[in-house]
Amino acid sequence: MIGIIDYGVGNLRNVEQAIARAGYQAFISSDISALAKAGALILPGVGAFGDAVAKLNGSGARPLLDKWAASGKPVLGICVGMQMLYEKSYEFGEHEGLGYLKGSITPFGQGSLKVPHIGWNQLVVIGDCPILKGVEDKSYAYFVHSFYAKADSPDVAAYTEYGVKAAACVNKGSLYGVQFHPEKSSKTGAKILSNFLELSL
Amino acid sequence: MLAKRIIPCLDVDQTRVVKGRKFMDVKDVADPVELAKRYSEQGADELVFYDITASVQNRSIFYGTLRSVADAIDIPFMIGGGIKTVEDFRIALLSGADKVSINSGAVQNPQVISEAKTRFGSQCIVLSIDAKRNGKSWDVYIKAGQENTGLDAIEWAMRGADLGAGELCINSIDMDGVKEGYDLELIATLCERLSIPVIASGGAGKMEHFAQAFRVGADAALAASVFHYDEIKIQELKAYLKDQGFEIR
Repeated sequence: MIGIIDYGVGNLRNVEQAIARAGYQAFISSDISALAKAGALILPGVGAFGDAVAKLNGSGARPLLDKWAASGKPVLGICVGMQMLYEKSYEFGEHEGLGYLKGSITPFGQGSLKVPHIGWNQLVVIGDCPILKGVEDKSYAYFVHSFYAKADSPDVAAYTEYGVKAAACVNKGSLYGVQFHPEKSSKTGAKILSNFLELSL
Repeated sequence: MLAKRIIPCLDVDQTRVVKGRKFMDVKDVADPVELAKRYSEQGADELVFYDITASVQNRSIFYGTLRSVADAIDIPFMIGGGIKTVEDFRIALLSGADKVSINSGAVQNPQVISEAKTRFGSQCIVLSIDAKRNGKSWDVYIKAGQENTGLDAIEWAMRGADLGAGELCINSIDMDGVKEGYDLELIATLCERLSIPVIASGGAGKMEHFAQAFRVGADAALAASVFHYDEIKIQELKAYLKDQGFEIR
């Protein structure tokens, strides 16, 4: 079973349904003891980083994630869920993240590019990551975000070009994160999600 | 590179997709779930659902319909129609929408944009404007195109972006349903002035019209009837646009 951490932000049903379409069972829960028994955890995230991380800390899920990060059980952060794996974010102020990955989340520059970065952009695969297995370089995934993690860290397995190189898929040990929405990224997203779900077995 | 998006729009009356011409003369077209799946499989980049009835008692039926749509497709979609409060945003997002479009509600209470931004983030807020040409400028209309607010469309769009809208959807009332092409001057003006993505809406009749909208700067192009009635096939449109040199998924 795949546990989707419900810490009070946004709609988690789309992720649950995408997992069901991939042929796995998922449950949405805020019950830490139930989540602790899952084969893999998904840390979703929408909205503002500060709000999301405050709610996550208040939910009691933080110690569980710390434990999983250390014990090597699979965790996938999606969108702001990926961003929260980092040390801090500068979205509307300065907020501490979970700190599993080194680096910070910063806004896209005020150049000629439109912000938010919304739409289908290509994954440039640079690392050997289990969840990118079978995903072709330059496949399109669906992104919606105004802040990003730099791609210059060894944890970055794929990035996307949007004026800068923004981390699109990150991996460190059993921790995974995707900036795009796999549940909204058609066949490419389904493949990546399936690859992650396989790790739960 | 970021791809230009093709967005079929589905005007939904409770449980059915309908399409009007200049907002009037509504005709029944199809089942939203069926149509959404078909578009998704054909390569649509995103979908829009407008609740065109927007009466309170029918809205729960509409959201039930959308929940079935959300379960069936794996591309993003937007909900619009009758959105007024932060609570409306919340309900729309919970029914599976990735984005919520606000139109009349934002004109009546602009602060709802900044409240929704704080709560859910700019990425899910689409400011939708129904604009009608008035000499050298465009007026903002509300209530499904029935009431002229006297607001200047360009100024209102810029204010909306400042308040926290993450995208702008511009619908030309003059061109809506006429199939003679988007209002390119309106789109070009908005694209010059705004730093958020612009979705062109109203007027698509031929494949060339999509290319025209992208050429003047639109990030996405929305259309309804040409897709519902199979006058333009999404795969063929995307192949055509790729040939024209646009970045297309």
